[in-house]
Amino acid sequence: MAITMKTASYKIIRDHDRCIECLVCVRQCSNGVHRWDEDYMCLVSDEAECVNCHRCVVFCPTQALNVVASPLDFKTNANWRKPDIEQIYLQAETGGTLLVGMGNDRPYPVYWDHLLLNASQVTNPSIDPLREPVELKTFIGRKPDTVHFGSEGVEGEFPPQLELDVPVMFSAMSFGSISLNAQKSLARAAVETGIYWNCGEGGLHPEVRPYADRAVVQVASGRFGVSVDYLKSGAAIEIKIGQGAKPGIGGHLPGEKVGPEVSRTRMIPLGTDAISPAPHHDIYSIEDLRQLIFSLKEATEYAKPVGVKIAAVHNVAAIASGSVRAGADFLVIDGFRGGTGAAPLRIRDNIGIPIELALAAVDSRLREEGIRNTVSLVVAGGIRNSADVVKAIALGADAVYIGTAALIALGCHMCQKCYQGKCNWGIATTNPYLTKRVNPEVGARRAANLIRAWAHEIKEMLGGMGINAIESLRGNRLHLRGIGLGPKELEILQVKAAGE
Amino acid sequence: MRRRIVCNFDVCIGCRLCEVYCITSHSRFPHDVLKAFKLDGQRPVPRVTVEEEGVLSFSVSCRHCQEPECTKSCLTGALQLDAELGIIKVEEERCIGCWTCVVACPYGAIRPSPGERKVAVKCDLCGGTGEVPACVANCPNEALRMEVWVEEG
Amino acid sequence: MVVREGLARIPAGCAVAGIVDRRRQAMKADGIVTMISLMHDRSNGLGGGFAVYGCYSDMSDYYAFHLFYESSSAQTETEQFMSIYFKVEQKEPIPVRKNGLQKHAPRIWRYFVKPKVSEINEQDLSEEEYIIKTVMSINRDIPGAFVASSGKNMGAFKAVGYPEDVADFYRLEEYQGYLWLAHGRFPTNTPGWWGGAHPFTLLDWSVVHNGEISSYGANRRYLEMFGYHCGLQTDTEAITYLLDLLVRKHRLPLLTALNIFAAPFWEEIGRMDPERQRLWKVLRSVYGSALLNGPFSIIVGCSHGLIAMNDRIKLRPLVAAVNTEKVYVASEEAAIRAVCRQPDRLWTPAGGEPVLAWVEHQTSKHGSSSLCDGLVREVS
Repeated sequence: MAITMKTASYKIIRDHDRCIECLVCVRQCSNGVHRWDEDYMCLVSDEAECVNCHRCVVFCPTQALNVVASPLDFKTNANWRKPDIEQIYLQAETGGTLLVGMGNDRPYPVYWDHLLLNASQVTNPSIDPLREPVELKTFIGRKPDTVHFGSEGVEGEFPPQLELDVPVMFSAMSFGSISLNAQKSLARAAVETGIYWNCGEGGLHPEVRPYADRAVVQVASGRFGVSVDYLKSGAAIEIKIGQGAKPGIGGHLPGEKVGPEVSRTRMIPLGTDAISPAPHHDIYSIEDLRQLIFSLKEATEYAKPVGVKIAAVHNVAAIASGSVRAGADFLVIDGFRGGTGAAPLRIRDNIGIPIELALAAVDSRLREEGIRNTVSLVVAGGIRNSADVVKAIALGADAVYIGTAALIALGCHMCQKCYQGKCNWGIATTNPYLTKRVNPEVGARRAANLIRAWAHEIKEMLGGMGINAIESLRGNRLHLRGIGLGPKELEILQVKAAGE
Repeated sequence: MRRRIVCNFDVCIGCRLCEVYCITSHSRFPHDVLKAFKLDGQRPVPRVTVEEEGVLSFSVSCRHCQEPECTKSCLTGALQLDAELGIIKVEEERCIGCWTCVVACPYGAIRPSPGERKVAVKCDLCGGTGEVPACVANCPNEALRMEVWVEEG
Repeated sequence: MVVREGLARIPAGCAVAGIVDRRRQAMKADGIVTMISLMHDRSNGLGGGFAVYGCYSDMSDYYAFHLFYESSSAQTETEQFMSIYFKVEQKEPIPVRKNGLQKHAPRIWRYFVKPKVSEINEQDLSEEEYIIKTVMSINRDIPGAFVASSGKNMGAFKAVGYPEDVADFYRLEEYQGYLWLAHGRFPTNTPGWWGGAHPFTLLDWSVVHNGEISSYGANRRYLEMFGYHCGLQTDTEAITYLLDLLVRKHRLPLLTALNIFAAPFWEEIGRMDPERQRLWKVLRSVYGSALLNGPFSIIVGCSHGLIAMNDRIKLRPLVAAVNTEKVYVASEEAAIRAVCRQPDRLWTPAGGEPVLAWVEHQTSKHGSSSLCDGLVREVS
């Protein structure tokens, strides 16, 4: 075989003065980077295989290891940067599509970082959440415009709702794309903190069934795992049309990841590739979407909210409006920084639009059409912290989905190699040797801690604005100011500039 | 009341950090891994061992059995149940280094000492004083935990 | 530069006061003027006003339009516009006293009008909607014209100045009514525009308010979905429209609407019986955008009586008192004691607990919800 032209991306620095040769690094690396050499009688590293997941660094009991970016670079060229060149080497060697994991990592503007929040001074008091209640309860589901009172109180059936104690949910991550232990961790954390988790398009494994009443069950183009029992066991149903990381294409779980457990849960033969087609082959138009929405509602006797998840693309506002009119009880908009287990690199990095702009456009459009109040809006794709949540709600969201942030809480170190199935943190893998690394008890505690911590912070920010119920922030763009944004962006966000 | 360390093999990841911290805990530098390995000329043997086969791994240490083979086999009575601590202890002064207990233990949880002074080495729950043993405290995946149990009968 | 109301959002502190005689006995202005003047330091001379009900009893079948004009062309245009949609029975300048305020005063006129039935039918609107639509058209589309009030047998008298000077300017001693509201404003910057003073009115409603609602942006965007144009950018305007939306358009019981504005906390809801828990789950999830969050004390007047209420955690002052048939509400107890030294009962309403004082022989057409009983304190 001819030589590979791609050089190692990382350099491993081992401080031999600190190394105690305990071999923890050797055992922890699923990529085989570290090795005990019997001839040299010392530890050696094969840097070419390193993905910079930090597992060895974190586990080394004496802090003897460090991983840094390889200093080797090409001759300075603003146009042909290192990744551009290396990607060509890779494709020249393999003839294949380049794959990546996690969300878009290109330096596009992060609009969250260009939005600033307000606080009360003098003319109205801020509220101290340690002394007074600040409410985060949020309902996801269809709402009527008005409430009719009859002699027996409120007239008519109220549509089913998800009741969230914190306006954050764990976004769709299927069993298969992530390990059962990872999924179990999130499910338990969701139950503990009064939020919801989404099982993704992978069915419900028997071990997560106990948490199903806090689960959003997904129906995607592959229909994996879908049965009437599945639909009825969840708290809500989400039809996945698109995903922010890869709008316009489907999903692919390689056969190697389809072991007995995944096979059983997805209801597909052992070892076969699980391919979700790009479109739903029964949805070629908006009226078909309506039929699927109502088929699912019929199947579940109108007892559960049925939502539609779409990727944020150029005409997202119109699609959102159409989906509401098609009967969606909640809309999920997934921005281009949304994560994934695997996506073609060109698609991940070049398709879709930022969630901040999409959210602003969708909320405004639905308000212009007078239908915003009837539907719930959930946004996803690159929500990193509680301030992002607060800004999303001020822009018009009811709640957010977090995926990447939840996985980071479980230990993910963002090496972006989820598609390789060799996740050293035991998250994006089904290899039983590796999946043990997520102890569901620990994972659930960490994920629940994250939600609780964010809830505290959200309350503090709300209190600072003089708001004691999250609904008073929803779509309240007066509490936002833009910084470093152009007039067109401010116009789309319908946010004033800082100082205005 | 009896105590022992139990391992949840569903989440034991075979990293062997329990061994590293056991060695440290029984070294001259019980709180410094680096010094324990670099400066202690007589590095202790670990009293816990990770057993592995395929995917399965678990950390084994003295079970502090209800009917221990080791105490029965001990020639000098150096191995005794310490009723106060609720664990099996080696009284080093009485141990003659005959290794009968090493052979008798069905779990392989007793090992010979490495130095000139011959003493049977086994888990003492890091002194058994009620502090969390080093292996439990440092298990990165919380696979190990201290179990307090009541003797049957 | 003088910031005109509507071009910017102007946080303000305020004094509010109200009196109602539940037997509909006419009261002179001196009581309310004393009350609001006593709270002089709660305003800063940049806004004051009054609303009075029962002041035009001779013309009670006609809508009384109070108009501000900044130019003669605005007046001409407005009068032309009104003549299309209304039969104008009487028009006159509102009499004023030259006490200094006149220097910056607009032209101030009043009109007694009846809508043209043919036009109402043509537009297929209720009479109320017709009035609202017309008023909003004038305010929005005719530069320099502003409708200060448009209800029957009531009027709003407001200006840029201290409330006691405003009363003097409008010669309020010449008016009588069974319900009076007053407002003294302390804006944080300088709206030089008379239209922006309070009370804010819509149809029969008039609202005075002290507060800066943190939920304003959410309330406003919610209202916009239902066709309301919040041109003044004030909380008072938003509150008035919310009342109109919930009570008139959505036909919610008035008490329910008030309870939505200052909704009980989930913790409190958790202690209610299952039926009321369900009710509140529905109300808070449907009307979350109508929750008024942040500090306010508000007095609403209408021909049926007076409503006063605080925000749900009582971040602004509000005191109420009853003396025989008169009900008093004010920002400060001293204001009440100034006109009624020993009321039969005086209390500080709890946060979110509405005080309702209806006038005799005219029970509220808005009704009340039995489900909400106990959440409010009706004056009796």
